[in-house]
Amino acid sequence: MLSVAVFLPLFGALVLLFVPEAQRRAVRAIALVFLSLSALAVLLIAIGFHAGQGLQFVEDVPWMPALHVNYFLAVDGLSLVMLGLTALLGLIAAIAAHGITERTKLFFILFLLLQTALLGIFCAEDLILFMFFFDVMLIPMYFMIGIWGSGRREYSAVKFLIYTIIGSVVMLIGILALYFHTGQQTFSIPELARLVASRRLPVVWEDWIFLAIVAGFLIKLGIVPLHTWLPDAYVDAPIPASLILAGVMSKVGAYGLLRVSQYLLPSAAQHFAALLAVLGVITIVYGALAATAQHDFKKLVAFSSVSHMGFVLLGIAAGTQLAITGAIFEMVSHGLVVGMLFLLVGVIYERTHTRELSRFGGMYASLGSGGGILGFAAMANLGLPALSGFIGEFFVLAGAFTVFRTEVFWAILGIVLIAGYNLWMLQKILMGPEREEWKGLPAINGRELVTLVPLMALCVLLGLFPNSIIHVLHLPVQQLVAHLGGQ
Amino acid sequence: MVGYAWIVPALPLAAYILHVFVGRRLKERAAYFGVVAMGLASVLGVTILVQAAGGASAHVSVPWLQIGRYSVPMGFTVDPLSAVTMAMVTVVSWMIEIYSLGYMHNDPDFNRFFANVNLFVAGMLTAVIADNFLLFFMAWEIMGLCSYLLICHWYRDSSNARAATKAFLVTRIGDVGLLAGIWWIFSITHSFQFSQLAPALHAAALAPAALTAIALLVFLGPVGKSAQIPLQIWLPDAMAGPTPISALIHAATMVAVGVYLVARTYPIFQLAPGALVWIGYIGAITAFMAASIACVQTDIKKVLAYSTISQLGYMMLGMGVAGSMVAGMFHLISHAFFKGLLFLAAGSIIHAVETQEMHRMGGLFRKMKATSITFIIGALALAGIPPFSGYFSKDPILSAAAASPYPLMFWLGVLGAFLTAYYMTRACLLTFFGKPRDQHVYEHAHESPAVMTVPLWVLAVPAALLGLFAAGAFRSFLAPGYVPPSGGPAASALTLALPLLGVLVGALIYGGGRTAFRVAAIRALRPLYVFLKQKWYFDQLGLALMYIALGVAWIVAAFDRYVVDGIVNGLGALAGLLGRATRTLADGSAQAYMLTLLLAVAVGLIALQLIGG
Repeated sequence: MLSVAVFLPLFGALVLLFVPEAQRRAVRAIALVFLSLSALAVLLIAIGFHAGQGLQFVEDVPWMPALHVNYFLAVDGLSLVMLGLTALLGLIAAIAAHGITERTKLFFILFLLLQTALLGIFCAEDLILFMFFFDVMLIPMYFMIGIWGSGRREYSAVKFLIYTIIGSVVMLIGILALYFHTGQQTFSIPELARLVASRRLPVVWEDWIFLAIVAGFLIKLGIVPLHTWLPDAYVDAPIPASLILAGVMSKVGAYGLLRVSQYLLPSAAQHFAALLAVLGVITIVYGALAATAQHDFKKLVAFSSVSHMGFVLLGIAAGTQLAITGAIFEMVSHGLVVGMLFLLVGVIYERTHTRELSRFGGMYASLGSGGGILGFAAMANLGLPALSGFIGEFFVLAGAFTVFRTEVFWAILGIVLIAGYNLWMLQKILMGPEREEWKGLPAINGRELVTLVPLMALCVLLGLFPNSIIHVLHLPVQQLVAHLGGQ
Repeated sequence: MVGYAWIVPALPLAAYILHVFVGRRLKERAAYFGVVAMGLASVLGVTILVQAAGGASAHVSVPWLQIGRYSVPMGFTVDPLSAVTMAMVTVVSWMIEIYSLGYMHNDPDFNRFFANVNLFVAGMLTAVIADNFLLFFMAWEIMGLCSYLLICHWYRDSSNARAATKAFLVTRIGDVGLLAGIWWIFSITHSFQFSQLAPALHAAALAPAALTAIALLVFLGPVGKSAQIPLQIWLPDAMAGPTPISALIHAATMVAVGVYLVARTYPIFQLAPGALVWIGYIGAITAFMAASIACVQTDIKKVLAYSTISQLGYMMLGMGVAGSMVAGMFHLISHAFFKGLLFLAAGSIIHAVETQEMHRMGGLFRKMKATSITFIIGALALAGIPPFSGYFSKDPILSAAAASPYPLMFWLGVLGAFLTAYYMTRACLLTFFGKPRDQHVYEHAHESPAVMTVPLWVLAVPAALLGLFAAGAFRSFLAPGYVPPSGGPAASALTLALPLLGVLVGALIYGGGRTAFRVAAIRALRPLYVFLKQKWYFDQLGLALMYIALGVAWIVAAFDRYVVDGIVNGLGALAGLLGRATRTLADGSAQAYMLTLLLAVAVGLIALQLIGG
């Protein structure tokens, strides 16, 4: 079942190869069908999932037996949540890719390939398979930014590629070092975890291995000072790609921390916890300050995204059950919220052909219900209670309070700043006297609402009933916390 | 009925949902959702109060969230504190919604107004009955959101938009303090349940300094929400919202919920006497400062706004010195009625004359009898003239301050009471009496329709009589066995006499056309006048802080663009120079990078084989 979910998009890409380029509608329809089928498979997995058990839907067969590499897919609660987010945002991004009218076929082939890689990452339980999906993910994104992007798209695409490749090389070296040092001749994550639990994993060089692996993930997560590829890539990518970059791909970094570095190298993780926490807080405050000073709507969202990933890192570094649960919740929530924001950037850009905040004003009336939705998204982004973002940040900081009190107080400064730039953004775009040039803009349309409303609904649902996903996270987080020796 | 108290907030919430989904189609008829819902909620609220007075209570809690070994339930409590407050909120909100039918008639965004008002009331009622910090905070923020949305109801005016942003942001500063307090308490007690916190904190035997820090962090929330010094600067600007909003949110309910939080968590504050002294001082200073600023305001809503800040200060002073939350709470309840009344009456005037400047009014008594009489009732209550309710609620606070070891608090409070009577006399005389100063405005004036004046009369009854008939019952209901500290006969005499003196002075200065005297007085007291006009320069302080934050943000953004990115690009250029020999590195093709990747992997593998083998 897992393989079906993961490879359905790829199969769709293969089917697309035989569709003529001119049939743009058919291309889109086929892509949507395969993405929907894959999402349906994820849904079936979620229905069949038992929160009380560990790894489920296991598929474990030798892949490269000489190197002890297995094709090993399985889901636990963490994987399941991430698969759900990926499937949902994939579908929504594909709907939002309506504006891609040049080389549509190639775009969707790459998009489907990317979706397979992302789904694969979140359920790979073999380190080499994980790395494989991790590297496959980069190529389609590179082309999506480079071909369909805007602004300095080639510069941004190359920067994205160089950064993530450096990250993945360093990480691969770390993973290989881990392999050779255990001497257990396995890349299986659960197998290695069992060794960790019984304290039989050698600790020689553990710190170096940890740093190598973590560097790759921090780049992906966009942690300051390794973040500079991110605003460029987010801003210059086409909207559907921005949505996947910010909504799903940045979470790969956090997922990697949880699944690989913290889980398999817990004593090094404890060693560097304070460093990671400080980096997290710097990211929160730095990202929020940088967002405050942006004139470009999309860039504001990009830096806002950087800032929110700081909360995720802080939660993971704190290593308590509350903080890690909060961090995972924040990953999901941020995926929803940043999705909404990028979609809205697209909605407004399509109508005005500008992203300059200072050129907007008084647009509440002209956008139809779009104005209200932008208000909703900004409130979700600033962590308004009863929406999902609040729960994530609240429990990250509540859980980190016992461990990193000073850092939490700095993070609080970030919370005020986050409120600041979101409110100013609303003030600049929606309020004030209506500009002559934006009078009579078309109101938000049905296709745009189809992409936005599910995200809003989930945002409210998760904000009011967070247990709906937190109950599946209980077991994986508990295992991780047990490794880290915390509470 | 007490077990069904959750229905009370659910009613306005249902009205909100109806407004969102079908409101626009129904035009102004949609407002009846809210009016009917709040009518039912009022009946229910008062019924619950009556039952609670008879000894009934309820605590219902359901599991909500489980994270590891922590379980977070959600629930509500009906006890004397929540029953009294809930009854007040339902009745005041109901009256204000009815009044708004008239006031907002023909507003293009009528539906949005009523939707937000109903969401607000749902939030307020949820906060009142919440049995835990988390639910309370969620409701608290929802109220903040609605306050924001209603301040910028007329969003096309940039100054309204700025006022809304300012309100949200300034209260947010207080909110994060409250959050830190909640986290700190949770890290010790592992609970958000109000009833468990103080015993668990007590059992934890913390250092007094830590307890004081915790209590003060929690208190930061009320400092923002209840507009205490130095976070009071948002409330006067919030008057940009429609006047019923000023009455409901920025006078009667939301701004008072900060005081309510202190009352709700009073056992925690009792563990930290040091924090109570802070609260007392902040309250007393706020009470005096805001009263002094109100004396020079010419906008009738601004006068009332500063008087609200001042009265909230009295409530906090009561929390700080009375040794029980009952004194502050009684002032909260009586203030809600008379201040709600004052704002609605002011709205009725504004509706009639289309200006808020008192200098363009005058002589309106003849034209607007109902509005004038009810406003004056409210003013007498606010001024603390017996037998109106304000006297009975302010007197215990001031006598407790007199009995406390902090005489400064008493003097600030009693001087503030003098100023209160003075500026309210001034406002009444400028508005209702004397010769009309603007003939055009005067001719335009007319009494408001019954839909607006009836709520005035309804609110005027408790504003006039609540103190006389309910003060004793209130005390024995909320704090049985509590003996209020007595400040002695001198303090009581001052509390009675200074407001009367204030009325007298106000009447002498503003009674009969003494314009020349007033101009001369302003000239003589120029520095003081400017100081008050500039609101003690707090706005400038706030602006300066904001510009500093924006400056830092700008520096960070520039640093990011030119330094961090610059280094990366510099390295890239360097690599480009180095790679000119091999060309492949700099041509940007993906194959080249993939090749590099493979090479690097191979090198890494070999290296590791050598070391690890």
